[in-house]
Amino acid sequence: MQTVTTAVAGLGMREFTGGSGDPLVMLHHSFGNPGWMPIHEALAANYTVHALDLPGYGGTEGSDQPDWARHPRDLALLVGQWLRAKELGPVELVGCGFGGWVAAELATMSPERLNRLVLVGAAGLLPEQGRILDQFLVSHSGYVQAAFADKGVYEAIFASNNGNDPDEPPVSDDTLVVWDMNREMTTRVAWKPYMYNRRLRPLLGGVTVPALVVWGDNDAVVPVECAHAYVEALPGARLEIVGDCGHAVDLEAPESLAAIITGGKS
Amino acid sequence: MFLSYFTEQPMSAYPADEGLKAGYTSVLFSNKYYDPVEGSRLFNERIEEYKLAEQVGFDGIMVNEHHNAPFCMQARITVMSSILAAITERAKIVQLGNPLPTYDSPLMFAEEIAMIDMISKGRLISGIVRGAGQESVCLNANPAYNRERFNEAHDLLVKTMTDDGPFSWEGEHFQYRVVNPWARVLQKPHPRIWVPGVFSAETIRWAAQHRYPYISLNTPLHLTGELWQIYDQAARAVGYEPGPENRGYLLRVHVQEDGDKARENAREFMWMQGEFTGIGHPYWTSPAGYGSSARRLDYARMANSEIRGSRASRFEKQLAAREIVAGTPDEVIRELRVVLETCRPSILMLWGNDGGVNHDDSLRCIELMGTEVLPALRDMGGELGLHDPFELDSPISLALTPPDELNPIESADDERPEDTSDSKALNMFR
Repeated sequence: MQTVTTAVAGLGMREFTGGSGDPLVMLHHSFGNPGWMPIHEALAANYTVHALDLPGYGGTEGSDQPDWARHPRDLALLVGQWLRAKELGPVELVGCGFGGWVAAELATMSPERLNRLVLVGAAGLLPEQGRILDQFLVSHSGYVQAAFADKGVYEAIFASNNGNDPDEPPVSDDTLVVWDMNREMTTRVAWKPYMYNRRLRPLLGGVTVPALVVWGDNDAVVPVECAHAYVEALPGARLEIVGDCGHAVDLEAPESLAAIITGGKS
Repeated sequence: MFLSYFTEQPMSAYPADEGLKAGYTSVLFSNKYYDPVEGSRLFNERIEEYKLAEQVGFDGIMVNEHHNAPFCMQARITVMSSILAAITERAKIVQLGNPLPTYDSPLMFAEEIAMIDMISKGRLISGIVRGAGQESVCLNANPAYNRERFNEAHDLLVKTMTDDGPFSWEGEHFQYRVVNPWARVLQKPHPRIWVPGVFSAETIRWAAQHRYPYISLNTPLHLTGELWQIYDQAARAVGYEPGPENRGYLLRVHVQEDGDKARENAREFMWMQGEFTGIGHPYWTSPAGYGSSARRLDYARMANSEIRGSRASRFEKQLAAREIVAGTPDEVIRELRVVLETCRPSILMLWGNDGGVNHDDSLRCIELMGTEVLPALRDMGGELGLHDPFELDSPISLALTPPDELNPIESADDERPEDTSDSKALNMFR
């Protein structure tokens, strides 16, 4: 794995990259990408994985903040320019949560850049029955925790103290700062309407590449009805539900997600 | 001295046990606990108290606004200002302040301010604020752009008050193809603008750079020296020598003939566990992007900590520190002398009644302030040289200061980049 920064529209955009094979780009949740994770490692067996920090995400070491960006669609445009700058594609574009929204927006603009669209617990559509969990009404740690069905998995990834000191925060200062910077960027582009775009659904019909929609059966952040809405709106979509899993399928069930994405490929 | 009366106008008639059960009394605390019959009574009692405050000699009545919480009933500052414009004759109407960034229309504020200024026959002081973080949540205004929106809305508001329309405005956050309100401020060039705050170095410096008085909101007395140092350095850097006319202070003060009764009533300042903006979660009061980035870690730590309940000091401790002053008129006058000598403001806001203090006691408190406390404060103000902006006819703003009167001192401002002290002050109020 190596860290690569590419200049796009005057901004440095950082990725962790590794593996070999066809290019696969992963876009992270609104709380950011915690690093080169087991999901990346698993996919790297079959793909050249590019785990990109969305513009404005990843802390001071991450991708630069576009001060002008006001909507996730602006981030999708930048990811499109990044694909062109790297001469990548067509790619497997995997978007998780908020990153799934950005991926869906990009797919509506530049389907020719995609080999396949993979949405994992993707935001972007307004649920008709349930509600998307509003991170701005809960703490950073409370929100990230809500993305996991199994709290133990969350703690294994994010908890930093050994539990001996009750005054010690359960996550490190570095993680808190990155979470807050990521939350600020999310605020800048997705404060309202929160986590959906009424102008997205009508355009999904124009996404002609194959699509795979993956959801945890225990998603407490984006209701599973949104999975069905995506499958209905995307012409070539197929649905996979992962059992005993929360919103962050990529972090909670990396082996299952990698197997679903890879399919018969070996 | 400019002496003003203030109350948060608490919606005290709510079931406090429900608030304690919920663990918070703001943002998401259900308004099913709001009884409008009680609300109507409380509004009308406050209006009677404001009338009395004018009668007994207060120079001004300070009003504000907050949302989704029992600690303040005023959901629209311009509504109460309009009422005061009609029911009072002499007192200034002190808005502290209009929360510019939390609404999408600075033009609306410009129109309302002009109407209130005309109806009140030129008695308006149109203070402005960013609005606390939780107001951004409650009114769904993007907190990450709060300061940018504040700055731009201020520029547009001042231009609307001073320049003839029509003109267009193409800003970063606000756009108007026509700015041409048929409502103009009576006071020329425009009503005075004061800026209240707790202890945000950025806001203190901004106020000083515009030559607007900064009204320190019950900031612990021992921190006010540091506060004025930031103000003074920024003032000298843009070319004027600041004085008491640039300084205001809001303080909780309660007076009764019986000192023990006064102190008992003053315990009501500690209602809602002493959290004057209600008990709220830090991720509501300081949303991501709202505060200065230099303090990001402090905010994030606070937002993710397990603190429940009150973060306020004990009542006795606040009395001892003169963050609350209560007693007989003589006792209160003695304490306020120390406050004036330490803080040296020319603008003093007496926050007289809070929580469940009843109407009769509130009226008596105001009456005693008028007959006993205000005259003594005026004498002390004269003795200590605390002359207010009206006495001195001081410039309304830096922009309205003749350039030849300005003598910028380079390097006067230490450019201490960000807030360093507010955590100390804010812990008490969050």
